[in-house]
Amino acid sequence: MPELYIARSRKIAARELDGEMMIISPHDSRLFNLNELGTLIWQAADGATSLESIVNEKVCAQYDVEPSEALRDAEAFVRELAEHEILLVSNQPISTLPSIK
Amino acid sequence: MKAPERDTLSPRERAIDALGAYVVEVKAHEVIIEIGAMPILVRTDNPEFLGILANRYGGFVNRAAEPIFAFDVEMAPPGAVTDEEELRVGITGERWVIERGDFHAECDLASGKGRIRQTANPYSIDAALRILHSLLLAPRGGFLVHAASAVRHGGAYLFAGVSGTGKTTISRLAPADATLLTDEISYLRREDSGYVAYGTPFAGELGEPGKNVRAPLAGLFLLKQGPENRIVPVGRVEAVRELMRHVLFFAHDERLVEMVFQTVCDFVKSVPVRRLIFTPHQRVWELVN
Repeated sequence: MPELYIARSRKIAARELDGEMMIISPHDSRLFNLNELGTLIWQAADGATSLESIVNEKVCAQYDVEPSEALRDAEAFVRELAEHEILLVSNQPISTLPSIK
Repeated sequence: MKAPERDTLSPRERAIDALGAYVVEVKAHEVIIEIGAMPILVRTDNPEFLGILANRYGGFVNRAAEPIFAFDVEMAPPGAVTDEEELRVGITGERWVIERGDFHAECDLASGKGRIRQTANPYSIDAALRILHSLLLAPRGGFLVHAASAVRHGGAYLFAGVSGTGKTTISRLAPADATLLTDEISYLRREDSGYVAYGTPFAGELGEPGKNVRAPLAGLFLLKQGPENRIVPVGRVEAVRELMRHVLFFAHDERLVEMVFQTVCDFVKSVPVRRLIFTPHQRVWELVN
């Protein structure tokens, strides 16, 4: 199974409130809030760490879940966020540096 | 107006030119309208329109204030000013162009200057002023919100809700010792001491312009009509969601949406937002304060 890499979109604004991440997609004004687990994954989405590493190192360390099940749930979660364009998902590491024009 | 070249002057113009100091130039009329401690100068050469402004904004005119923005008003003949039916906004950097059937306005936030072309009526300038205030408030941590507000015992109470949730009702139920600021559009600014509510001339159903007063925010409630009067605390995440629905957004500009989002998040971190479930009876005010 190919590795998945995730990176927070730079086109959004996000704030943490009471342990939850509130994210707004300014282009359509949609508001999302992520629970603690979602926030954990979101904060680790640096484009360079694979989703599997994030799940193994952060999710399973904190929550008593079976790694393969946790990874499946995490994949569904990140794909949903990607559909709303607030997270980038790729099979390759994602550069979060601004491109040189 | 540039002085014409001497050799192109008509005989009449030459005569006036020769009179020099004795000629009184007709000055444009100016009025400074101060809302939310942000004075805006409105300039017009039309005395009828000046009368409209004085009438509409009377309590908010402040001749001594130093304006932070200046609007030049150009009078248009009766009839539609633009082809736009709905409000349309275009943005280039700091320059905003706002159009509706009854006016065309431009605001340059960087230079603090703007102009509006409209017929002699109070509604167009009113819309332009609301929009300008929204633009000035956003980077300052303030916002306009669909809420009724009243001052009682030195504190301002805001009641937010969409049409039909009871803003006008709660305003009508306010006791005699409460000063109503508005039943429709409330104005909040963040100042060093905390959030402050201001009265504005932007009238709602009750039809009266609000009083030109300010008071520190004492409570913000989300309105809900129900079988009894009761106050329920609201979590911060839910408060942000609901407030984002009630804040006045006249245009979909991404920078503005982001600024307002940050403003609302800051707001809920420092002000507890609560839900007021109420029946249309005066006793609800005993619960508020």
